[in-house]
Amino acid sequence: MIPKEPTGVTIVDGVPRETFVINLGPQHPATHGVLRVKLTMDGEYIVRAEPVCGYIHRMQEKMGENRTYAQFLPNTSRIDYLSAMTYTHAFVGVVERALKIQVPPRAEYIRVITSELNRISSHLVWWGAFLLDLGGFTPLLYAFDDREKILDLLEGITGARLTYCYYRFGGLCNDVDDQFLQGTREFITLMRSRLKMYRELVTGNIIFRKRVEEVGTITFETCRKYGASGPVIRGSGVPYDVRRAEPYSAYPEFDFEIPIRSECDSMARYLVRMEEMVQSLRIIEQALDKLPAGPVMADKVPRVLKLPAGDYCYAVEAARGRFLVRIVSDGKEIPYRVKLRTPCLSNLSLFEEASQGMLLADALALMGSLDLVIPDIDR
Amino acid sequence: MNLSSPNPGNNGAPAPAVPARAVTPAAAPAAPALPPGRPASAPAAPPPPPPPVPTALAALPVPFQGADFALKGFHADATVAPGEVVAAAAALDQAGFALDTITGVDWLAQGQMEVVYDYFHPVTGLRAVVRARAPRENPEFPTISKVFPGANWHERETRDFFDIHFTGQSNLTPFLLPEDATYHPLRKDFTS
Repeated sequence: MIPKEPTGVTIVDGVPRETFVINLGPQHPATHGVLRVKLTMDGEYIVRAEPVCGYIHRMQEKMGENRTYAQFLPNTSRIDYLSAMTYTHAFVGVVERALKIQVPPRAEYIRVITSELNRISSHLVWWGAFLLDLGGFTPLLYAFDDREKILDLLEGITGARLTYCYYRFGGLCNDVDDQFLQGTREFITLMRSRLKMYRELVTGNIIFRKRVEEVGTITFETCRKYGASGPVIRGSGVPYDVRRAEPYSAYPEFDFEIPIRSECDSMARYLVRMEEMVQSLRIIEQALDKLPAGPVMADKVPRVLKLPAGDYCYAVEAARGRFLVRIVSDGKEIPYRVKLRTPCLSNLSLFEEASQGMLLADALALMGSLDLVIPDIDR
Repeated sequence: MNLSSPNPGNNGAPAPAVPARAVTPAAAPAAPALPPGRPASAPAAPPPPPPPVPTALAALPVPFQGADFALKGFHADATVAPGEVVAAAAALDQAGFALDTITGVDWLAQGQMEVVYDYFHPVTGLRAVVRARAPRENPEFPTISKVFPGANWHERETRDFFDIHFTGQSNLTPFLLPEDATYHPLRKDFTS
């Protein structure tokens, strides 16, 4: 049953006005994946934009319910493939929380370093792709050049370039080597100069500013009603960050700011992410300075993981916002229920409301500023 | 906004700070919070009393029970009747909570279907959970999308996966499953 669309000819002030329906996607470069948006248009203006999801739905939650915790762990890095570290962090975190496994400090520090590197690499993809949407091709090449360095660093210790499975229940798969530590320090220096260049190249650019300033305003109230999080809610002036609100891992031991902007427009979300990269570099630098010695794996992690009956939640601040894993256990080896609450789903759910009455081109700028990863929505 | 010198810091933003540590006494980092050497399988001691409900939640007309955040990942949880989920959502909305997610749990052995509503507070960082159970044969819950419009997608997803009906929900097309899907894969009696 398909709901009726407000299509057809209506007479407004004696002038016939016609609305028409067009599809944006499921294959469209601006949606960055297989997302379809059913647009009801009045000329260039959007009457209604309804996202249609599920084109790459893989039923990750069902997969979680028919295999053990260890068997499901690699799946978690395939939900948001740009922010895989934080997603595996949430899943190992929920098991460690339920079993009261103490993770050694060195492992927690390395988790923070790798998660923040992953956050920067994710933001770099967004930065390049967002500007590509707005018609600037060059930034993408710079962004991928810098991102490549992060991928090389992470590949050196994890063996994977994108879908990491580096965190294990109780610690890490393996310790980091000197090459990684040295390379990360060099990357911090390099990235700081590159971020300066990014600001000079893009942030002040008048064409860019005209496309994003006062475009796609999302109020805090809208964010709250739709459960938007991450840079979207911080671009609406509220410093909600899971690293502060529900402190986990070694984050309470580092000094960093939660960047916010109160303009609520696409530019605000852009600036929040740009500043987040600066803060991530700060966290990585502190973690490298204070990196404790010791093991990277807890003693006595049971071979067979059986969580006590009950339900457990663990939230992390992924690159796109709040990612929550909710496990319901009945005491067996296989979880009874695995719920994956992903940030992109909530962030996109406000699009229909936020895009009403916008120019189509502006709505695409708004969509780009939400930083969508479609497998994260569809799971 | 002065963009000639972009300074995306915290200056000039009239937003409240997150006093996360103040309201979450049990929210210390999960691993180091435990005293070392405590065996995971201690001899059966009487269960400790549940922690107190945070004041912001205790004031609401929802029967919240305190929960140990370091173990559970939320501060309070409440079980209500299916008919009361809208009132609970409205109370949490009034208190400034945001909708986190909605999901179902199929309790096949008990013949019940549970719906779990997760909320987070974007300013204080509090986490609240509201649950309700209905008979498994015909699980019906009123929609909370009038209170939280974001619930729409979560309820459609729950309907896809569990065949739980949300009365008042206007859009009945499948959300993630194919548009002609007649199966509900997260029901425990689902066979492919």
